Amino acid sequence: MQTTEVELTALMLAALDGDARAYRALLGDLRVRLLGYFRRRLGGAEAEADDLVQETLIAIHSRRETFDRAQALTPWVFAIARYKLIDHHRRGGRRLAVPLDDVIADLAVESGAAAADARRDVERALAALPERARQLLAALKIEGASVAETAERFGMSEGAVKVASHRAMKTLAERHSKGSVADD
Amino acid sequence: MTDDLLDALCRDLAPRPARRVGPRLGLALGAGCAATLAGVALLLGLRPDIGSAAGLPMFWVKLGYPLAVALIAAGCLERLSRPAGDPRRRMPWLAAPVLAVAVAAAAQMSLAAPAARAALVMGGSAMVCPWLIVGCAAPVFAALAWAVRGLAPTRLRTAGAMAGLTAGACGACLYGLHCTEPGGAFVLVWYSLGMLAPAAAGALLGPVLLRWR
Repeated sequence: MQTTEVELTALMLAALDGDARAYRALLGDLRVRLLGYFRRRLGGAEAEADDLVQETLIAIHSRRETFDRAQALTPWVFAIARYKLIDHHRRGGRRLAVPLDDVIADLAVESGAAAADARRDVERALAALPERARQLLAALKIEGASVAETAERFGMSEGAVKVASHRAMKTLAERHSKGSVADD
Repeated sequence: MTDDLLDALCRDLAPRPARRVGPRLGLALGAGCAATLAGVALLLGLRPDIGSAAGLPMFWVKLGYPLAVALIAAGCLERLSRPAGDPRRRMPWLAAPVLAVAVAAAAQMSLAAPAARAALVMGGSAMVCPWLIVGCAAPVFAALAWAVRGLAPTRLRTAGAMAGLTAGACGACLYGLHCTEPGGAFVLVWYSLGMLAPAAAGALLGPVLLRWR
């Protein structure tokens, strides 16, 4: 299933014109390539490679207007991937996203307190997020609402909910690993 | 998880305009230059002979030299605002306006009386001119930094330097509406210094200011 440069670029051009099917095919192909790229460079740190693939795909999506339609696609994609990799190393190679369950477990261990305390800590961590991101995560992860329900409640598309919650989780994970949540 | 993400990204996919990098940079340039122009007019004041200065060649050198640098540097910045964008074909053109002013300054110098030559270099404002140009560049630099970080620069130091040079050149161009110096050599030395200082600052600050997530 080796796609050529010309085919990839054509898919991107179609996607920029609003063709969702071409875009889905393109992202599926790029995911495989990006995973290989990050695996080779991270020496088998599977979770980190996965996170960076997601980071890069989101960046490709949100910055897709910076693609020059007269150029080939893969140099553009891998320039973004390299940027994300450098950014990752610059931040000390920490994991970018930590599942909320891990956060809860860690908080419970660190504070040496019972589950009720852990929950309060999580809520305090959430309070440090912007209002909308906090409400979104609270609905999704604490109340356990589905993406569709959350999207409806907040008047957002499901895609927007997923992207926003991904971002919020990342912010949370970063704060948590810096210790600012446990310390204050 | 990733499949969910891909599906999410594909949902509600809207067509995108073919050009967005250029207009965004242009908007920032316009806003920054408008702020600087207001600052020059209100704080420094336009040169008193602005009406008749249009007849002086040096008036146009002081506008044209930085304007040419600004346009070429903005072209390089447009490349650097895109992942894998390569400015190397545009960058050598920056030498052209510098050479043109150097030739004009040398010609003016050779025609001047030996006793008047020092004044053509130092003028009366050499010690303030580069600083004021840096001040004039600041609003343009701020606007450009905002615009570029909203795009996708991947070489932040180079992009920062080019944003600084573009801002410095815009600042110098508008400062030329205030400045009454008649020397070509003055423009070559002090205007160039005023344009390079923001470029150096941009190279230093680029990795911090232009970082995007």
